[in-house]
Amino acid sequence: MKKTAEVVIIGGGIIGCSTAYYLAKKGVDVIVLEGSDNIGNGGSSRNGGGVRQSGRDVRELPLVMYGIKNLWPGLSEELEVDCEYHQEGNLRLGKNEEHRKILTRLADNARAVGLDVRMIDGDEVRSINPYLSEEVTVASWCPTDGHANPLTTTLGYYKMARRLGVTFITGEEVKELRIIKGKVRQVITPNNIYEGESVLVAAGLFSRDILTSVGIDIPMTNSLLECLVTEAEPPMFNQMLGTAEADFYGHQTKHGSFVFGGSSGLERYNKDNGTPVNSSKTAPCICRGIMKYFPDLANAKIVRTWAGWMDASCDGVPAIGKVDEVPGLYVACAFNGHGFGIAPAVGDQLAKLIVSGKTDVDLYDLRYDRFKAKI
Amino acid sequence: MNSVNDRSRDIGEFVPEPDDDMLICRCEEITKGEIRKAVHDGMWTMTEIRRYLRTGMGLCQGQTCARLVKGIVARELKISPAELEPATSRVPMRPIEMKVFANEAADTKEDW
Repeated sequence: MKKTAEVVIIGGGIIGCSTAYYLAKKGVDVIVLEGSDNIGNGGSSRNGGGVRQSGRDVRELPLVMYGIKNLWPGLSEELEVDCEYHQEGNLRLGKNEEHRKILTRLADNARAVGLDVRMIDGDEVRSINPYLSEEVTVASWCPTDGHANPLTTTLGYYKMARRLGVTFITGEEVKELRIIKGKVRQVITPNNIYEGESVLVAAGLFSRDILTSVGIDIPMTNSLLECLVTEAEPPMFNQMLGTAEADFYGHQTKHGSFVFGGSSGLERYNKDNGTPVNSSKTAPCICRGIMKYFPDLANAKIVRTWAGWMDASCDGVPAIGKVDEVPGLYVACAFNGHGFGIAPAVGDQLAKLIVSGKTDVDLYDLRYDRFKAKI
Repeated sequence: MNSVNDRSRDIGEFVPEPDDDMLICRCEEITKGEIRKAVHDGMWTMTEIRRYLRTGMGLCQGQTCARLVKGIVARELKISPAELEPATSRVPMRPIEMKVFANEAADTKEDW
């Protein structure tokens, strides 16, 4: 079994797989180590499929916008899989003055960095999506947002990277990194020692413990996310949807099913905290939220629900880039539930950073050492 | 669970078979050939096959085809079906209307 490569990537999620793919395209020799038995088993397969810019923090927007402009449009052809990418806009819905204020602030922030997003009234919302109820009185509208299929996209990156010769090993849970002669060099699992000239830690929540072994700490914690999926319904609309209060979000897939995520507000305190399981309260609560916006969906049948962890950083945006104190070490973690839509851009830019030391998008605002005590 | 699995292990080339057009997952209309090709694309676990092809993601949630899919994947990988973990079963066990599912909290409401 291969144990040395130019680059060892820790984490076989969409960030690890996309970076491996773009590195392999440049001729770089790569090993990807995944701790679980399945590629894309964390947030990569447990998200609502949003490929969005509106509502995102201005620090991560340049990277998201880069990906939507340059990478998403041709991704299905490139990966030889149907990523089901639809770029037909995002409606972020509101029902009252408070919501209008939240949405207006988000829209103003996004426009300041060059995103086309504007406020529209209830009637214009219903001209875009006639299924929405009269309760919706306001929304932000970003026509270049969209959604895609996280499962096929993640596994598509894996398939193509593997085809280009990347070695993937699942069931290899990395415990620590080891520095040799001042550079990161060894990646230790309970079974094996792997060696690389460069190491990328893209292991979601588990990144924190791994990075601790070389003295780097990125303050983040877990946050539960839950989604429900309906049976296939006739095609209704292609926009991505969200709400001002984030009570639910989602879209209709190519298959016809709706995927809606949301929360009950009790997730942080449920008795199963520690395990990414869905609770008996969350999905029914999401259903109640959805029916207020979409009365027509009351008879749609739920076929499954699922949950997962988000890796939430203390300031809401990811840590991406080169670690100064440990030569050869790179990080990409703490995606805060926004990791899917941004993943092609992250993989593309990390591959450039690792090979040439340069990126097209300035990653300074996302540096790993920005976290400071408040006083 | 969590056993080391090198995805570069040689499982041989994909060889077409006469019954590749046979439907295995009836809900999502996935054929034997599609499942076998997915294994050669690197989908080596029941979970990956499911996420890649949608087998077992339809109305029956895999209650009909899971065993058949497992047998096909195992044969392609040249391992015993017992070595393959089943994909996770998801709540609810039967499709249920949103308006019914939403009633979980009804007994706490004043008007109940």
